[in-house]
Amino acid sequence: MQKLKVLVVDDEPGICSGVKRILGKFTVSYPFMDEDRGFEVFEAYTGEDAIELIKKDPPDIVLLDNKLPGIQGTEVLDYINKNHREIVVMIITSYASLELAVKATEKGAYDFIPKPFTPQELKSSMEKVTKHHFLQGMTQRLNKEGKEVRFQFLSVLSHELKSPLNAVEGYLKIMEERQAGDQISQYDQIIERALQRINGMRTLIMDLLDLTKIQSDEKEKQFEHVNLLDITKNAIETVSPYAIQKDVELNLHAEEDITFYGDPNDMEIVLNNLISNAVKYNYKEGKVDVNLEKDIDQITIKVSDTGIGMKQEETSKLFNEFVRIKNEKTRNITGSGLGLSIVKKVINLYNGDIQIDSTPGKGSTFTVILPLNNQ
Amino acid sequence: MNTNKKILVADDDVDYLFQIKLHLQNMGYEVLTVESQKEAEEVLENTKPDLAIYDLMMETEDSGFILSYKTKQKYPDVPVVIATAVASETGISFGLDTKDEKRWIKADLYLEKDIRKEQLEKEIKKLLD
Repeated sequence: MQKLKVLVVDDEPGICSGVKRILGKFTVSYPFMDEDRGFEVFEAYTGEDAIELIKKDPPDIVLLDNKLPGIQGTEVLDYINKNHREIVVMIITSYASLELAVKATEKGAYDFIPKPFTPQELKSSMEKVTKHHFLQGMTQRLNKEGKEVRFQFLSVLSHELKSPLNAVEGYLKIMEERQAGDQISQYDQIIERALQRINGMRTLIMDLLDLTKIQSDEKEKQFEHVNLLDITKNAIETVSPYAIQKDVELNLHAEEDITFYGDPNDMEIVLNNLISNAVKYNYKEGKVDVNLEKDIDQITIKVSDTGIGMKQEETSKLFNEFVRIKNEKTRNITGSGLGLSIVKKVINLYNGDIQIDSTPGKGSTFTVILPLNNQ
Repeated sequence: MNTNKKILVADDDVDYLFQIKLHLQNMGYEVLTVESQKEAEEVLENTKPDLAIYDLMMETEDSGFILSYKTKQKYPDVPVVIATAVASETGISFGLDTKDEKRWIKADLYLEKDIRKEQLEKEIKKLLD
C-alpha cells in the first residue's frame, strides 16, 4: 500500500487530531490504481509552520483551514501554487466563510470541505482528492516523457491494425466452414473484401513508414535543390494505373522547372498523398488538375479533383491522425487515415500551409503553400 | 433454434457487419445492421429489437456507451452487448466485472472482437432467455 502524506493546517488541535484518527485507518482503492492508498497525517497550527514543513518535505495533500492566527490560508495557498503545484489542496472552512472557500478553489485549491464535518464526509472528500492526485500524477508523468500523444497514437494504431486482421480472419473462417455454399464463385465478394482489407493494412504500414521518416532527426534529412516538377511527374506516374482503372484524367500545369530547397522524400510524401487522394476520392471519368506555381517568395501546389468532396465541418478534422470521413461514398475506399496528417506535418516542417476548399458532390481543391524565405 | 427474434447490430466496419449478420442469420435470427450511432438511433426510434450489439468506437470513441445508455432508457428490458477491438493491451481496459463499471456502462455484456461464433451463440442465447 502506498501512503500519501497529508498535512493538516488548522489552529484547532481538535480538527488535526480528528483528521489523524479518521484517516489513520482509512484507505482508498480504485480499479485503475495498482495499489490502495493509505494516509500519513502531519499537522501544523499556523500558516508559517505549514510553509516551513512544506519546504522541508512537501506532502501530497494539504488540508488547509483558511482562518489562521498569523498569515492566512490564502497566503499558504499562494505559496503552494508558486512552488509546489503538484500538491492537491483542500480548504477546510466554516459555513460562514463559504464564499472565501469558493474563491480559494478559483485560486487553485482543488475543493473545500465545510466544518464541522463527519468522518464520512471527510472520507468521501479524501476519495475524490486521492483520485485527483493519482490522475494528476499520471498526466504529469505522461507529459514529462512526451508519452501521452504516443500512447494515444499506439492504442488507436493497434485498433486500426486489428480491425482488418479480424475481418480477414472472419472471412477465412466463413470459407473454411463453407458457410456460403460449396462453389468457390459464391465467395467472390468475400475474397474481394478480404483483399481490400489487406490492401488497406499495407497502406497503413507504408504510411507509418512515412511517419517515421519525417519524424526522424532533422540531421538525417537530405536537403537539396529538389525539382518539384519531376517529383510531381513521378507521383502522377505512380498513381496512373489506378487512374486508368477509374477512368480519371490527370493533368499537370506548370510553367517551368520549379526547384525548392528541401528533402526530396518529404516532397514525395506531399505530392504522392495529395495526387493519389484526388484519384481515390474521385468519381469514375473524373478529372484531377495539378498546378505548380513559383512566385518570388513562395511555391503554390494546387491539386483539384472533381470527386465526392466533403462538408465544411469534415474538412476541419481531416488533418488529424486516423480521421477518415465515413459515409456511403467512402465506404468502399480504403485508407489509413494517416496520409493527410503526415502531409500536414511535413508542410509544418517547412513553415508552410495547407488549405482545403471543398463542395460535397463537386470536388475538392488542396492548396499547399511553401515559403521560400530560407532558401 | 430461436426464430424471428430481431437483433440490431451497429458497427462502422462493413466487413464485421457482413460477417456477424451471416452468423446471426444462420443461427435463425432476423438481423438489422447499421453503420453508425446516428443510424442506430434512428432505428431505435420506431423499432424495438430483442437484442442489440454495438461497436464501441463509431462516430466518437464512446458511441457504443451512448447507444447502450439510450437503448436502456427507451427499452430497459432489451439486452445490450458491447463488442470492441479496443483491447486490454492498449491500457484502455474495462469490463463489466465491478460494481463501479456497471454503474456507468449500461450494457449487459462486453465482448472483445474477434468474436468466435460459438461463443457469440452461447452468450446471445443466455441473454435472450
